[in-house]
Amino acid sequence: MDTDDDFLSAMSSEDDMLPEDDSENEDMSGVEDFGFDDEPDPDIDMHKEIGAKKRVAYDVSFKVYQPGDIQKQQDDLIDEVNMILDISKEEAAILLRHFRWNKERLIEDYMDRPGKVLDAAGLSRSAAGPPKMETIPGFTCDICCEDGPGLQSFAIKCGHRYCVDCYRHYLSQKIREEGEAARIQCPSEGCSLIIDARSLDILVTPELTERYHELLNRTYVEDKETLKWCPAPDCQNAIECGVKKKDLDRVVPTVSCLCGHRFCFGCILNDHQPAPCELVKKWLKKCADDSETANWISANTKECPKCNSTIEKNGGCNHMTCRKCKHEFCWMCMGLWSEHGTAWYSCNRYEEKSGTEARDAQARSRVSLERYLHYYNRYANHEQSARLDKDIYVKTEKKMVQLQKESGMSWIEVQYLNSASQALQTCRQTLMWTYAFAFYLARNNLTEIFEDNQKDLEMAVEALSAMFEKPVTELADPKLKVEIMDKTSYCNRRRVILLEDTAMNLAEGRWTFNVELTGSGANGGPSTRR
Amino acid sequence: MASQKRIAKELAECTSSPPQGMTIKLPNDSDIHKWHVTLEGPEGTVYAGGKFGIIVSLPTDYPFKAPSITFSTRIYHPNVTNDSLGNICLGLLKPENWKPSSRLSSVLEAVRALLVEPQPDDPLEARIADEYRQDRKEFDKNARSYVQRYAKGPVKFESGGGESGGGSTSNTGGGGN
Repeated sequence: MDTDDDFLSAMSSEDDMLPEDDSENEDMSGVEDFGFDDEPDPDIDMHKEIGAKKRVAYDVSFKVYQPGDIQKQQDDLIDEVNMILDISKEEAAILLRHFRWNKERLIEDYMDRPGKVLDAAGLSRSAAGPPKMETIPGFTCDICCEDGPGLQSFAIKCGHRYCVDCYRHYLSQKIREEGEAARIQCPSEGCSLIIDARSLDILVTPELTERYHELLNRTYVEDKETLKWCPAPDCQNAIECGVKKKDLDRVVPTVSCLCGHRFCFGCILNDHQPAPCELVKKWLKKCADDSETANWISANTKECPKCNSTIEKNGGCNHMTCRKCKHEFCWMCMGLWSEHGTAWYSCNRYEEKSGTEARDAQARSRVSLERYLHYYNRYANHEQSARLDKDIYVKTEKKMVQLQKESGMSWIEVQYLNSASQALQTCRQTLMWTYAFAFYLARNNLTEIFEDNQKDLEMAVEALSAMFEKPVTELADPKLKVEIMDKTSYCNRRRVILLEDTAMNLAEGRWTFNVELTGSGANGGPSTRR
Repeated sequence: MASQKRIAKELAECTSSPPQGMTIKLPNDSDIHKWHVTLEGPEGTVYAGGKFGIIVSLPTDYPFKAPSITFSTRIYHPNVTNDSLGNICLGLLKPENWKPSSRLSSVLEAVRALLVEPQPDDPLEARIADEYRQDRKEFDKNARSYVQRYAKGPVKFESGGGESGGGSTSNTGGGGN
C-alpha cells in the first residue's frame, strides 16, 4: 500500500500540472515498453507504477485512519478545548459533540456567550461536585417506585434522582437498542440535560462499555464531512478526504482503504471511475427500472388494432392474424388486411401522415433502445467479469502453485500472474463504468478521443485475459511470461491514460452530457480541445 | 420485577383519581400489562356524546419502553388510522421522546388533548387531515356521523371484531358524504 504522504502530495494544484503530466506519462510509457523486452523485472514495474501514480489527475488525496487513530484524534481535540476554554474534559467532549466536532466554531461561540452554549449543549452551569452514587434516606425512585433502605441512587446536575438500577436499565435501553451514545438525556420527563461522559463511565456496565465507545466513535466520524467509514464488511477504518459534495461533478474521488477495498468517497459505492457519481446514480436507476422493459415492448411490439393484445412480430409476412381475436390486419399500416388485396406493398396508407408519425415514434424508440442496449451489454459484461474476480483470484493462486511445482520457478518469479490478475480486475472495473459514462456523453471530438482510449484499453484487457487463461504448461514458457508482463503494464498504463483524460476534462468542465448534472459547470459549452 | 411495582402504583393512581372523562379497568385482573380505558368524547368537540374504547398495552420493559395505545372504537380523526387497528400517533410515545419517568396518566391526557385539538400537520390519515384543514364543515359532519355509528352504546375492546366488519362497508358511505 502506498504511504499517506503519496496521497497527500498528489492533488495540490492539479489543474496547472496536468497537461504536462499527460505528456510525461506518454513518454514514459514508450520508454518502459522498450525497456521491458530485455529486462522483465517486476520490481521496476512496481516502482514506475508508483512514480506515475503520484501525479495523475484522477487521484485525490486521502488518509486512512484505524480505530486507534480515531480515538486519538478525539482525545487530542478534547484536550485542546479543555486547555483553551478551561472547562473539564467531560464538558469539552460534550460541547465538541454538540458542535459536531467543529472546534473553531465551538471556541468562538463559547468565548462570546459561554452560558448560552452550555445551555444549548445540555450542560447546566451549577458547579456541583463530581457525580457519584448516593444513598439518601427516604428516597423513592420515581421509575420503579422502590423505596427500600440502602437503595443506591444517582442524579446528574439537574438533580433528577433515580435508583442506580433504573438508571442502568435506561442507559442499556438507549445504548443497546436505540444506538444512542453522545446525546442521551436525563431520564426525567421534559428534562433535556445530556448525561455527561464521566457519569456514563460510572454507570455504564462493563458489558456495555465497548458498545458505548464504539457508538461515540461513530458519531465522531459521522459528524465530520471529511470522514467516512470504509463500507467493506468488518472493516473498522475511516477515510479522510477533502472532496466536498459540491465538487462531485468535477471529480470522482476514489479512495482505497488499508483493507484493500476501493470505493468512491462521494457516494460510498465501489470504485466507479471515470463516471461521476450522479451519472452512476442515474445509470443504476435506469438499469433497475422497468422503464427499459417498457421501452423494449414499445420498440418490438404493436397492439392488435381490435383487441389491443400486444403482439411481437417474429418474422414472416405482414399479413397478421391476431391469435386472440382473429382480427386480420397489415403490420405495416395496421389497417384491415381485407382492404389490401393480396399484395401488402400496394398498401395505399403507407405514406399517410399518421402512419409516418407512428412509424417514426417507433423508430426513435427502437434507436434509443438499441443505444441503451449497446452500452448496457458491454457494461454488464465487464460487471460480470468483475464479479468473477474472486474465482479468477483463486484460480491464479492455484496456477501459481502449479507453476512453481512444474517449472521450478520460485514464488517471487510467479508473482507476475498475480499482477496480471489484479490488473485485469481493476481494468474491467474501469471499463464497465466507461460504458455507463459513454451512454450519457453527447457526441463530439472529445468523445472520439475517449472512445479511442476505451477501445485501446478494452483490446489490451481482452488480449491479456486470453493469455492469462492459457494452460499452465504454456505459461511456463518464458516468452509468454514476458508477454504477459508487458501486457499487464500496458493495460495499467492505458487505464491511467483513460482515467487521466476523463478526469482532466471533468475537472475543467469540458464534457457535454446528454442529461443535466445538478452541479454547475459540467455542461460547459460544446468542446473543442483548448 | 421493578416494573410490577411501578405499574401497580400507576394503576392505583389512575383508578382512584382517573384522568378527566376516563374510566380504567383491567380486562384480566391477573395481567396488569393490559388496560381498558373508556374515554368520553370531550364536551364542545365533535366527539362529544361518544364513548371510545382505548387499549393500553404495557411492554415487559415498561417503563423503559413506551406503552402502546390503540383505539378499539373507530374514530374519524387525522391522527388515528381509519381502520379496525386504530393506531395512534403521539409524539410522546416515540422512542426518542419517551422517558421512563413519563406517566400513563399524562399519556392518556395527551390522547384526550388530541381529540380536543387534532394535529393535522403530523397526520396518520393525510386525507382526513386535509379535510380538517380545508373543509372543516365536512370534517365535523363526518366525525359526528362516525360517533353516531360507532361510539354509541356499549364500548367494545376487541379490535378487528364483528363490528368493524360491518363498519368497512358503511364507512365508504360515511366518507362519501
